[in-house]
This record gives sequence, structure tokens and C-alpha cells, in this order.
Amino acid sequence: MPRWFYQLASPRWCYDITGKLLPLFAWAAVLLLLGGTAWALAFAPADYQQGNSFRIIYIHVPSAILAQSCYMLMAIAGAVGLIWKMKVADMVAKCCAPIGASIAVLALATGAIWGKPTWGAWWVWDARLTSMLILLFLYFGVMALNSAIENQTTAAQSTAVLSLVGLVNIPIIKYSVEWWNTLHQPATFTLTEKPAMPVEMWMPLLIMVIGFYCFFAVAMMLRLRNEIVSRERRSGWVRELIQTQFR
Amino acid sequence: MTPKRKQRLYIVLSIVIGAAVAVGLVMYALSQNINLFYSPADIAAGKAPVETRIRAGGMVVDGSVKRDPESLRVEFGLTDYVSTVNVVYDGILPDLFREGQGIVAQGELNEAGQLIAVEVLAKHDENYMPPEVAEALEKAGKMPEQLRAQEAYAE
Repeated sequence: MPRWFYQLASPRWCYDITGKLLPLFAWAAVLLLLGGTAWALAFAPADYQQGNSFRIIYIHVPSAILAQSCYMLMAIAGAVGLIWKMKVADMVAKCCAPIGASIAVLALATGAIWGKPTWGAWWVWDARLTSMLILLFLYFGVMALNSAIENQTTAAQSTAVLSLVGLVNIPIIKYSVEWWNTLHQPATFTLTEKPAMPVEMWMPLLIMVIGFYCFFAVAMMLRLRNEIVSRERRSGWVRELIQTQFR
Repeated sequence: MTPKRKQRLYIVLSIVIGAAVAVGLVMYALSQNINLFYSPADIAAGKAPVETRIRAGGMVVDGSVKRDPESLRVEFGLTDYVSTVNVVYDGILPDLFREGQGIVAQGELNEAGQLIAVEVLAKHDENYMPPEVAEALEKAGKMPEQLRAQEAYAE
């Protein structure tokens, strides 16, 4: 295993490195989200069919992508915690759930708002929408399980197993529009193909996606630092830190 | 990796693979029920039940939309370029409804094979484009739905 992997295992090292990275990502998120939103709302062209209501794509697609990536991070961190008994991995997995849940809510809400004027319905029980709702319920399940168990190690182990079982939902969300007949249109962004829209439409979307990831990194690091300090409050370095901070 | 960690890694992998296999089998068994709608070809082949609430999805046939001037009643053909189903609907159509558009209609099939719809939803694709581009493509006959229709008829 490389050295950085073992360094990651040290809560103190994690606290220090996130402290350095935090302002970087915070600025990137502010700039990308502000710039992306302005470009998307004011300068990107409207769609020939949907007109301006198409612009909700600039919130909907990034939040849907991020909600799924966040779940994958939660499951992978959970697996690392199970296999290597790494405390920091358990903390990362725990911090993912509430962030991911709020972003999944955002994706579902913007989807419903978009669906009403274009499809004619707020909600349809098609495979894409239903599997996305299941993702939200998985986040809720992970949060509930984590807070139901008093012992931190047991809580981390059981939520890791739950999130690993739920991991099967991610490919279902992704491929639902290809495997079955759905009302939802096929993917906007794929890694392998050029998007099916002109560059002045997908460029702001790409900026928004990266901005959402930076925002996620900020939210994640804030929660993680909080969790590290609260769990390590009895260790020497945290006491020292608190004394220097509040003198 | 220590043997202990290796063992835990195998347990984690077997959880993921086990869950995937179980869900995969369920999906396979349910595959027809997960589809949101029947295609006109399915309906023509008699796969859709008669006088039960179903959904049919396809493209609105060009030149087939007949509106009743007295009421909201509208009749149109729904096609997947293999078969066509006639749809009768009495209600407000979504803004995106037009000839050549993909739609999903919910309703009951009658004995004559007509779909008496109670709800019509518009489907759109991932080909977003500005109005000027759409106009240019339309003139050249290169719009996504035109290409789809050409491909389907060429087969």
C-alpha cells in the first residue's frame, strides 16, 4: 500500500490537509457556480422545443450526477472501513449520507418542476424516477441505521453493509433509460460520446457539474473536520488545537 | 494485504455480487412490468390487455392529428414505425405535443383496437438545441426525429 493511503488513516493528518484544501475548493465552488449560473441563465441559448424551461437542466443534471457519485463514495468508504478498519473511512461514509440525501432531494424536486411543463406530469412511476427515489430512501436508511446504533464501530459496520447492498441501485439508475421504456429521456452526458447538444449549451452544464463537485467537497470537508474533532476530542492534539484556537 | 484483510475483502465482494445477482434476477423476472409503456407493435401483436388501463408510447404520425372543432377531442395515430395505433383523447394536450413528437398515452384499448386515452404525456429526447439550429436542421431534413423516421422506413 502506498504511503498516502496510510496517512489518510490518520485523523490528524486528514484534519490538517482538509484545512489547507478547504479555501481552495470553496473559492472554486463559488466562482464556478456563480459563473456557470450566469452563463446558463443569461447567455446559453434556449431549447427549440422547450424554450426557457429547459434551463433547469443546469441544476437538475449536476445534482442527479452528484447524488449518485456521493453514494458511490459512501459505499467505497464503507468498504475500506470494513476491510482495513480505517476510522477516517468510517467518518467519510457517515458524512456522505446527509449531503447525498439533500442533493438527491434537489434532483427529484427539479426533475418534478421540469416534468410538469414538458411532459405534462409532476411524477411518473417510470424506471428512472423510481430508482432515483429508491436512492433517496437508501440515504435515509443509512442515516437512520447510523443514528440508531450507539456504538460507533458497530454503526459504521452495519451502515457500510447496507450501503454496499444498495450499490446495485447505481447501475440501475444509469441504465434504466436504456433497458426499459421510460418517459425520461436518455443520458445528457456520457463519458464516451459527445453530448447531443451544441457546445454553447453543454459548456455551462459542464461548469455547473464541476462546481457542484467542488461544493460537495467543501460540504464534505466541513462535516469531516467536525466529525474528526468530535471523535478525537480526548486525544492530545485536539486538546492542544482547542487551547490555541480559543485563547 | 494480511490474510485477515483479504478475507474481509472477499466478504465485501460477495455482498456486492450477491446483491447484484439477486436484484438482477428480480429485474429479469419483472422486466415486462418495469416498462412504462407498450409499443404499438406490442399492441398489434396482442401483448397488451384489452379494457385494462395501459400506457402506449410512440411517435405521433405526421398528418394524422384530427381535432374536433367543437370540443377538446383529438384523434391521432401513434407509431413505432412498425405498427400504428389510433388514439382518441378528450383533454388538454401538453405543450410539446405535435406531429412527429414522442408521447406516452394512458388509457384503455377498446374492441376496435383504439386507445381511449385519459392522459397524454409528451416525451422529449436528449437532443437539446437552439431554435436557429433546429430551423436549419429542419430545412435539411436532419432533425433527430426525421432521421429516425428515415432509418425506420429504410429497414
